[in-house]
Amino acid sequence: MAITGLPENLCSFPKLLARNVADHSGKPAYREKEFGIWQSWTWQQASDEINALADGLISLGLNVGDYVAIIGSNRPHLYWAMVAIQSAGAVPVPIYQDSVAEEMAYVLEHCGARFAVVEDQEQVDKVLDIHDRLPDLAEIIYLDPRGMRKYDHERVHNYAALQERGRNAGVEADRKARSEALSADSTCVMLYTSGTTGRPKGVVLSNANIIETARASSEFDSLHAGDSVLAYLPMAWVGDFIFSIGQAYWTGFCVACPESAETMQHDLREIGPTYFFAPPRFFEGLLTNVMIRMEDGGAFKRWLFETFMKLAKRVGPAVLDGLPVSTMDRMKYALGNLLIYGPLKNTLGMSRVRVGYTAGEAIGPEIFDFYRSLGINLKQLYGQTEASVFITQQPDGQVRADTVGVPSPGVELRISESGEVFYRSPGVFVEYFKNAESTADTKDGEGWVATGDAGFIEEDTGHLRIIDRAKDVGKMADGAMFAPKYVENKLKFYPNILEAVVFGAGREICTAFINIDLMAVGNWAERNNIAYASYQELSQHPQVYEMIQSHVEEVNESVAQDDMLSGCQIHRFLILHKQLDGDDGELTRTQKVRRRIIEEKYSDLLTALYDGSNTISTETEVTYEDGRKGAIRATLEIRDVKTIDLSHKVAAE
Amino acid sequence: MDGAAYVTPDGRSIGDVVMEMRNITLRFGGVTAIRDISFDIREGEIRAIIGPNGAGKSSMLNVINGFYHPQEGEVWFRGAKRGPMKPHAIARQGIARTFQNIALFSGMSTLDNIMTGRFTKMKSGLLAQAIWKGRAEREEVENREIVEKVIDFLEIQAIRKTPVGRLPYGLQKRVELGRALAAEPKLLLLDEPMAGMNVEEKEDMSRFILDVNDEFGTTIALIEHDMGVVMDISDRVVVMDYGAKIGDGTPDEVRNSQAVIDAYLGVAHD
Repeated sequence: MAITGLPENLCSFPKLLARNVADHSGKPAYREKEFGIWQSWTWQQASDEINALADGLISLGLNVGDYVAIIGSNRPHLYWAMVAIQSAGAVPVPIYQDSVAEEMAYVLEHCGARFAVVEDQEQVDKVLDIHDRLPDLAEIIYLDPRGMRKYDHERVHNYAALQERGRNAGVEADRKARSEALSADSTCVMLYTSGTTGRPKGVVLSNANIIETARASSEFDSLHAGDSVLAYLPMAWVGDFIFSIGQAYWTGFCVACPESAETMQHDLREIGPTYFFAPPRFFEGLLTNVMIRMEDGGAFKRWLFETFMKLAKRVGPAVLDGLPVSTMDRMKYALGNLLIYGPLKNTLGMSRVRVGYTAGEAIGPEIFDFYRSLGINLKQLYGQTEASVFITQQPDGQVRADTVGVPSPGVELRISESGEVFYRSPGVFVEYFKNAESTADTKDGEGWVATGDAGFIEEDTGHLRIIDRAKDVGKMADGAMFAPKYVENKLKFYPNILEAVVFGAGREICTAFINIDLMAVGNWAERNNIAYASYQELSQHPQVYEMIQSHVEEVNESVAQDDMLSGCQIHRFLILHKQLDGDDGELTRTQKVRRRIIEEKYSDLLTALYDGSNTISTETEVTYEDGRKGAIRATLEIRDVKTIDLSHKVAAE
Repeated sequence: MDGAAYVTPDGRSIGDVVMEMRNITLRFGGVTAIRDISFDIREGEIRAIIGPNGAGKSSMLNVINGFYHPQEGEVWFRGAKRGPMKPHAIARQGIARTFQNIALFSGMSTLDNIMTGRFTKMKSGLLAQAIWKGRAEREEVENREIVEKVIDFLEIQAIRKTPVGRLPYGLQKRVELGRALAAEPKLLLLDEPMAGMNVEEKEDMSRFILDVNDEFGTTIALIEHDMGVVMDISDRVVVMDYGAKIGDGTPDEVRNSQAVIDAYLGVAHD
């Protein structure tokens, strides 16, 4: 019962495709680097390819309403497959190509996929391995013929050959009828959420969800047909679907696919996209790279870089936001642009970026400001698969590192009693596939969806700030709010701190375990002539403790600024003698901290943090990469940290 | 097994003899490196030559590609006896090789290194190349196309412009294979393609060797130290010890041969 404002002739992707062919037929729609050269396809060519594939699928027996899995890296052919499947009246289900066979089996079985379009032999093998568990799976279509010659081609088909078959099948009328029957309420795509807890869930998104969202977000950033993106994030991720299909079809801009995952950085530079998305760790990695290379530069170059970066830091964001800047500074900035910022942006592949987004995790303010001061319009957004991505985003001119922006067009926000963020929008998903119970748990009768994140809306600006996962937010003994992730993120923004785990739920004070970053701290030790033999020894070095303590104190100062969370200042900390590791079960496979397990495993250390002792001897079991187990013994120092007393602050005011 | 065309257990049909060694003996002064060895290599097969250190494997490979000329015996290639030839002339016949201790131009990029594999196919002269018009330009484009296909095949796009000296060992080996493939060989000789690699690199390399054979129908003769790898990927194996042939047959036959077991595990000399 979606109330949709979409015109009838733009309510599905086959229709948008036809519109793009009419409006931009000769403009490039897709580019891909192959054999060292950028190949491109115009909207007209893309449409021909898509229709041929759709006809091929129909002649192979694809029925209306079937589910078709798509497995592979970002290739134009696989994007075409999405729309070809829709044209044939079926539903595309992109699957993460790095899933192990077991996960893939679950998803394929759950959606009852009848066809699978896959990239290469590796994926074909994976699917064939689990074939006997998938009675519904009838046909597999592969794109890259390499190594496929000996396969039984009864049920395994070459993509190009299938297109050829489609061109001669004479099912065009059938395909047109099927495309015509698609409405705004038809399912557009089904995306499986990676599922940190339990089995992945199939999120059903309708044409209205995707196209309405694509329209609103394209207008928000005034995206147009002249823009271009580099599609390098997993196709099974909702963001890629919105950027590379939703917005690309709505506005008609060009989607470029990298040659391979490893060449992405290089391809980025060659394409120079105007619209760019990357997770925070991408920007972090890039910045570290730049800094390391600058360290190796000559003295004059370093001086030039430092001088102009200082200037950029001071005036860059203001220049970007169009705020008043003195003429002198403006001239200096223009010079800097000529000498440093321009060439640097070019090296990063961001010369032309007009709108850049980062999301998924908190980004360090330093990192964020670095890119903005160069004149790259990097912004944050907050979203979910269930929302067709956009919940909040930052408008130009109101960009800050610590918020995720204002509600996206058409989105309503509500903060519940417990502090959890709820939203309602045209992009809200239809349901979880075959899982009415979970659907009811997540989405209420009025269409409000729980995000699972705790946050609040700033009163004066209307910006949303996310604090933590709702289930991790607790109360301290005195009833003050406890949000460990909020503090941990602040700590982790220091390059020397790799990981931090903050404790304090139900306790009087907050304490923390810290993991040092071997690379950063090791580098620092080298420069300062500090000798060490092992990670353990380095981590317990008094000077390392001094350095980390100063970081913790700075974090305390910043946490104290926040009235709601000032109770989360860290009173005592220790540096762990080993790195937290996925193999020991301390981190998830996506490198997120598993609080409960760490709490149990290091219960002796935790006790010591709260009983006032200054050192603690401990023995920890470790698992080596080959599965053998061993133990390491260590005596750890515990430091008390200066905190800012709030009663003082109040008294002073 | 010797002598007739056959079909491999995985269904590839192996054709006629491409190259035949007849009673080869090779001496360096007083040292006999190879003593009276005969064997053949058939169209489309993966043929391995194995043996302990110093068994004469690399010498054998050098005989095959014409770098060494044996004092006794005959080399037959495609039904004709081969006289003494320079290695580049042999390369023109469609035989390409890689080296045990990597022989790439370390200051040149991956792309340029692989381009050198095309040198036998370049017909235009130095002057034409310098002026860079007409045939020279066309030729370069054609050659580049083939090289790019090799790069795609070996999945080394990311290092196309990287000087090979900066690459890790396993990748250098892959580039070297690429250079050999760029010559579009009929017969590919690999000298210890897996030496010094870790398990993952060995798996990758095995995959590429099998794919080359499968995709292009290239006949492959390889020397290898690592018994496990050889037994998994080759169709027939020649075993050498102290310059003499002590076994020849399918991996299973060779594995169970007492002479081979003795050579590898050692026997008490009494």
